[in-house]
Amino acid sequence: MNVVEAIDLRRTYKTTTGTIRRRSLEVEAVRGVSFEIAEGELFGLLGPNGAGKTTTIKMLITLLIPTSGSARVLGHDVVDDARWVRKHIGYVFGGDRGLYERLSALDNLRYFAELYAVEPRGQRARIDELLELVGLKGREKERVEGYSRGMRQRLHIARGLLHDPPVVFLDEPTIGVDPVGARELRATIASLTAAGKTVLLTTHYMFEADALCDRIAVIANGEIVAQGTPGQLKAGVADGSVVEVELFGVEEDSVERVRALDGVRTVTLEDREQKQLLIVQTAPGLELTHAILSQLNGTSIGRVSSREPTLEDAYVQLVTAA
Amino acid sequence: MRTLRLLGLGWLLQMKMLWRSTFNTLLGVIYPLFFATVAFFMFQAGDDPKPLLYASLGAAVMGIWGTTSTAAGASLAQQRWHGTLELLVAAPASFALILLPTTIAMASIGIYSMASTLLWGWLVFGIELTIDSPLAFVLAIPATVVSIGALGFLLAVAFVRFRQAWALGNMLEYPVWLVSGFLVPLALFPGWVRPISWVLAPTWGINAIRDAALGGSAWPDIAVALALGAGYVGIGILLLNRALYAARSKATLALS
Repeated sequence: MNVVEAIDLRRTYKTTTGTIRRRSLEVEAVRGVSFEIAEGELFGLLGPNGAGKTTTIKMLITLLIPTSGSARVLGHDVVDDARWVRKHIGYVFGGDRGLYERLSALDNLRYFAELYAVEPRGQRARIDELLELVGLKGREKERVEGYSRGMRQRLHIARGLLHDPPVVFLDEPTIGVDPVGARELRATIASLTAAGKTVLLTTHYMFEADALCDRIAVIANGEIVAQGTPGQLKAGVADGSVVEVELFGVEEDSVERVRALDGVRTVTLEDREQKQLLIVQTAPGLELTHAILSQLNGTSIGRVSSREPTLEDAYVQLVTAA
Repeated sequence: MRTLRLLGLGWLLQMKMLWRSTFNTLLGVIYPLFFATVAFFMFQAGDDPKPLLYASLGAAVMGIWGTTSTAAGASLAQQRWHGTLELLVAAPASFALILLPTTIAMASIGIYSMASTLLWGWLVFGIELTIDSPLAFVLAIPATVVSIGALGFLLAVAFVRFRQAWALGNMLEYPVWLVSGFLVPLALFPGWVRPISWVLAPTWGINAIRDAALGGSAWPDIAVALALGAGYVGIGILLLNRALYAARSKATLALS
């Protein structure tokens, strides 16, 4: 049974430019997104910033009305039956926002327990159980304004689970959290599907999607460009190989020359403190290391290596092609 | 029962947040002193203490309206900035039951402003508070608070729909206390102002408080103030669903 269904969802925003001569613009944030999520599945929506992940999730949780298309959660339409949908879903978003700073974590949870009609008799026990789950037990009486990013994020998760919803939407829940905190959060997210919940997770961290998700949809420029298990997405680029070159002070011209080589699929340049890492995906059956290095004449070259493609390479190829 | 719990908890937590706000605390100290001073200098002529008390009570209720009109808009704007407005809309509870205790809490904070205005008037300018009918006086205050909170609720509905409407709240502060007769008797205004005064609950609230303190029957005024408050809530609920649908259509819930 499909718990979440998105059918050709579209969302357009109207905006204006200019101060004196104002011009109205229409921005298509989501352009015909369709997918289904089965019961108990952890589904990832993976894409760069501005790809349309949050807009898609906001349409599914009833905060935005789609410009066209439709979506159902547990068989109920998100526009026509918004109140029913709200009762049966949990929503957690990433970042510092979404909490009452001047209240304690306990007061925040008490308020949302009331908003979600959690039985008064069971409220305190449920709050205690969730504080234990997210590791905030003992800190619940402190005001949220003194909480770290990681603590706030854990409080968000507790808030989203108060009414024990069967479907949980997580919008970039580990954004800005330190590595140890993010690992703990990922363990909590994994435990949700173990408890039988259906989860939609948006993220732009490849390793997170790879580690957690049963299936992934890659979204770019408002459209889904690929969908499948992490293994299937990796297989899409598995027939090629990846060459990585450490560089010191590379010029943009040299990168463009590498990009123009026959057999090169994608080229990305990442800054790594004083050096840069050039990542080149190549077509199968070609050995391009020598040709790549010859285009980098005049640049100080460090370590050069060749490896199998990862999910990140699949993602870069998909997003670059979109 | 569940509705009462939600209203009660919403009110309590909003009060907690308002008490912990430095801005509101500062307003709570400065405004009453300002109001008491204005009242004293406007009505100090003559030996009769009644006009002074009349003005002092008007100044005191100005605090309730002032807090509600400015804080209702500011609170909604803050909820947008902090991302909590979206979470409240995404919750299954009726949004009217979420919004109403928020604005009533703001009016309730105004009771403190009212008490301190009267206190400043007594300490600094020697305006003594003598009450003709204590029971009516004690009941007129919560009736005024609730009806002003309900007017704040109606304003807050506009704030949900229109992002910049909080400025309207600030703008309405002075005109409403003027046409409600807080300081200047309504008889001094042109005739066309009166119908506007009649549909404003603060007009009847201040009349009730003055009648209770200075002599006169406060009960009809209390009844009209409460009836108008109920009317604001009814209109607000009718408009709220439309306002929320429009905000979800135009994607204005998250923008500040």
